[in-house]
Amino acid sequence: MSQKTIEVRESFISALANVNTMDELEKLRVEYIGKKGLVTDLMKEMKNIPNEEKKSFGQAVNTLKVEVEACITEKREELKRKEIELENAAMPEFDVSTPADLSRGSYHPITLVQRQCEEVFKSMGFAVEDYSEIVTDYECFEALNIPKDHPARDMQDTYYLSNGQLLKTHTSAAQNAIYKKYKDALINEGKPIKAIFPGRCFRNEATDACHENTFFQMEGVMVDKDISISNLIFFMKTMLSEVFRKDIKVRLRPGFFPFVEPGFELDISCLICGGEGCPSCKHSGWLELCPCGMIHPEVLKAGGIDPDEYTGFAFGLGLTRLAMMKYGVRDIRDLNSGSLKVLDQFSDDN
Amino acid sequence: MFISMNWIGDYVDFSGLDKLELINKFSLSTAEVENEIFFKGSDISGIVCAKILSVEDHPESKKLHLLKVDIGEDEPCDVVCGAPNVRVGMKTAFAKLGAQIGEITIAPRKLAGYTSNGMCCSEKELGISDSNDGIMDLCDCIPVGCDLKTVFDIDDIVFEVDNKSLTNRPDLWGHYGIAREFAAIAGRELKPLSLADLSVYDNLEKVDLKIEDPLCYRYSSIKFENIKRHVSPINMRIRLYYCGMRALNFLADITNYIMLEMGQPMHAFDARKVEQIRVKKFIEPFTFTTLDGVERNIDENTLMICNGDTPVAIAGIMGGLDSEIVEDTSTLTLESATFDAASIRKSTVRLSHRTDASQRYEKSLDPEMTTVAVARFVKLLTDNDPEAKVVSALTDEYAFKYEQRTLSFNKAFVNKYTGIDISNETIVNTLKALGFTVELSGDDFTVSVPSWRATKDVTIKADIIEEITRIYGYDNFDVNTAKAPIYPVRAAVEKTDENKIKDMLVKRFSLHEVHSYVWAYHDEYKALGIEIEPNVEIVCATNPNIKTIRKSIVPTQLCQVKYNTSYASDFGIFEIGKVVCGCKENGLCDEHKKLCITLYSKSADMEKTYFKLRDILAVITDELKHRTLTFERAEAAHSYQHPKNLNKILCDGVLLGEMGIVNAQVSKKIDKKANIVYAEIDVEAFASVKNASIKYEAPSKFPEIEIDLSFVSNTYAPIAKAIENAGCALIKKVSVVDTYADENGKSITIRLLFSHPERTLTKDEVLEVVNGIAGTLEAEGITIKGGIAL
Repeated sequence: MSQKTIEVRESFISALANVNTMDELEKLRVEYIGKKGLVTDLMKEMKNIPNEEKKSFGQAVNTLKVEVEACITEKREELKRKEIELENAAMPEFDVSTPADLSRGSYHPITLVQRQCEEVFKSMGFAVEDYSEIVTDYECFEALNIPKDHPARDMQDTYYLSNGQLLKTHTSAAQNAIYKKYKDALINEGKPIKAIFPGRCFRNEATDACHENTFFQMEGVMVDKDISISNLIFFMKTMLSEVFRKDIKVRLRPGFFPFVEPGFELDISCLICGGEGCPSCKHSGWLELCPCGMIHPEVLKAGGIDPDEYTGFAFGLGLTRLAMMKYGVRDIRDLNSGSLKVLDQFSDDN
Repeated sequence: MFISMNWIGDYVDFSGLDKLELINKFSLSTAEVENEIFFKGSDISGIVCAKILSVEDHPESKKLHLLKVDIGEDEPCDVVCGAPNVRVGMKTAFAKLGAQIGEITIAPRKLAGYTSNGMCCSEKELGISDSNDGIMDLCDCIPVGCDLKTVFDIDDIVFEVDNKSLTNRPDLWGHYGIAREFAAIAGRELKPLSLADLSVYDNLEKVDLKIEDPLCYRYSSIKFENIKRHVSPINMRIRLYYCGMRALNFLADITNYIMLEMGQPMHAFDARKVEQIRVKKFIEPFTFTTLDGVERNIDENTLMICNGDTPVAIAGIMGGLDSEIVEDTSTLTLESATFDAASIRKSTVRLSHRTDASQRYEKSLDPEMTTVAVARFVKLLTDNDPEAKVVSALTDEYAFKYEQRTLSFNKAFVNKYTGIDISNETIVNTLKALGFTVELSGDDFTVSVPSWRATKDVTIKADIIEEITRIYGYDNFDVNTAKAPIYPVRAAVEKTDENKIKDMLVKRFSLHEVHSYVWAYHDEYKALGIEIEPNVEIVCATNPNIKTIRKSIVPTQLCQVKYNTSYASDFGIFEIGKVVCGCKENGLCDEHKKLCITLYSKSADMEKTYFKLRDILAVITDELKHRTLTFERAEAAHSYQHPKNLNKILCDGVLLGEMGIVNAQVSKKIDKKANIVYAEIDVEAFASVKNASIKYEAPSKFPEIEIDLSFVSNTYAPIAKAIENAGCALIKKVSVVDTYADENGKSITIRLLFSHPERTLTKDEVLEVVNGIAGTLEAEGITIKGGIAL
């Protein structure tokens, strides 16, 4: 290797060691292997080299060129690595212990409980029906076998309207319309009537922590040829166990409602103490939850269904009460208050 | 109503049975028993009969006396006593040393320097009445030293039945009816009532008695003279007291006792004041003073008991002051009657006066009981006052008789209704125990309903099912699912729309669902300056602020926004609820379901808030219907609406509702610094819009062309229309990239994206479309700014 070649090589290696940036590297590359670079210049020296040395000189310059290129490539990779390392190092550590910004909306707790009940019944083939809030005397009372002089029809219990209609006092007010809607399919096609109808109900009374003039119920009916008390108990127990997601014990007691016969009060084993007795269940181990019964023959008749051929059960679940029990809401008025401090706590719960 | 198990025990033999277990079964088979059971007398022991041997005044106290009493032990006891009625020779109740009275254990105790080795007791101290006038004055017949619990029914188990669970059971408003249930539940016999034989008086003169109004079903009466007794026997007083009634005087007590025993209210008139009983109404209103001393207004609908033409009692509710039994009453005319239940109930509502009698009459009492109750009265009176004399024949006007009801059914009916197999024998035994007569032939039953169940309670076959199953016990039922064919159930569009809208508003837009009331709260509206618009009204609300049904949810939500201004600087609420827009042609309310959304913002300006709401509505429509919304300016028609930016919302030609901002006069009252916007959508109208569904198109593999155009225009609507009218399938996307306003007016820059599915587009074909659109707009006076360039 000629002296010149050695000098160029040494000067390159020492210059390379001082390179710290891509720009410097590029400059070095141009300085040595660019068109007018030092290594390129060595090639141009060839013509001045004696012929017998030409071959070895050429080989040496070539070797040098390859070496310089390799060094530059290696240096480039190294610089890139360093750059990424620096970039990564520049990233700060974040404080994930700060509270998350949820800024979510909220469902009304009645919606949550209502959806849970609807899901259970939908899974058992029940239709979910909707009904008006303003009904006629016929729908609310007469079609339900509630006689003219029944106390429920008193002015002091019911919001009567100036046009003679009234705000429905119970979801049972929809029963007649539901029977009429589905009776043809029942009678002609043998399709059982299976429906639930959640809705707002109204009672003309003063409000306090336990009483509201506006609340939600969910009515359910099933009518077919051989629907029995045994079936009623089964469906109530199944539905409540699903809603509360645990095995619920139920018991029936006689209860009087003009639109069912026999009529029952359904109790469930206390959710708080499991039946041992606690202040929530007044130490009885049971909570009164839901009136139900076998649909009164007169009510079926009013709906166009022959009670000698068909039987059915009906129940009226207090959705408002259920929501209060489920979430531990103590003041019923909170539910209709529109207070977001109350309501924003209820996110999707299904 | 309180029930004494001792009293029930008069008619059912409980020997060998657990009474608490029976009470629990009663609650499951008959009527709801309140949780607290009272163990009367359980905190009383060691009370004996003592005879007072001597009484000396206490040297230092005017009230106290020093007594020596014989309690049947070797030595008399020294006792200090403060009762005013002590006398030598008197027998009284005495708590011996070691006796228990409530929390207190009796021990020797110094009273003003003298030791008292026991205590003489009043009835109140023993918990058997509220009489605290003095120590008990016992009958001389009771032996000294005898434990009073062996003489009097101090020990008793008392429970309360929820009156509401007895509304349909007139027969359960007395102990005898309850006893019948216990007998059926326990499988024991029901013993008969002890009655006097009234036929021995048949030859005596009748009471002058006439029913002159059909609202009185039956009126039975009898007269007595020479009544000597004034105070009732202690056991009778204890029972009355344990069942929540005060003992008054002997005659009043027997009527109350029979009411509590048989459920039949009775009234005892002083016979000097009532000689000609007439039951009737009066045409002219008048005032009448009842025996509680209250003057009451009687109208033409109130049935009265009269002496000739003089009213002496409000039928079925309360007697009059003038004819009441008084201290010197020794002759009495007894009333045992039944009246029309609805009439009594209405009268109590009109008079706002409910009594023990009226709440029984309201339940439709069995008219067959009136004469039985008279026979029971005679028995109790003559047993306890041997000198009393019956001076009239039983007089009985029976104007309205219920039909004897017979029901037929078979075993298959019972099986179908219950879903389980209850044997014929069980059915027969159960019904018989409850007083039904039953004939069984093969599997066919014929039953007669007893009179006390036939007034309204048991009328159809299904009622019989209840009788059989409740005694059988619902806990004993096999529980089975139904055998019914299965069909798919599809949810209504409106229902699924509602659920999805709620999900989107909550989860995507972070709104809060609220609930509210269907009426306008007058005071809240007034506070915000929102006019209450005439609509259907509630005619009888207890709250004077509740009168008019709302026409829109918007004012309701403005009230709720006001309530929440301290909640956050920005929030949004929504509700799906009902409104009423007057009445339809058929007179029924025109009820609609609305979705109402209100946004409140202090951090965003009005325009941003308004467009946030617009976009929420557009996103919902896009997601649920795959369609876009259009808007049409509307004129403000309600006090809460701002005259500007009120827009009708339309989709596919269907009017969905309106959106707008709140009139400054209202919004200032809510919050001076906040921007409030609202929208109200008809849910039914929204559901009626057909889902345009997803139309898939494979993305083009060829290059797209994007072109920006600026138009001088105040609104975007004509530009959108021109693009739509161009009807060019090559336009894949239109977006507004900039709006800019200067002294020359407003300009809107849009970006059009062109693409062809099968080839590369040419500049010329794109320019042709763009020029077409520009030309259309030019014709409308909307000029393009800066030319067209690709």
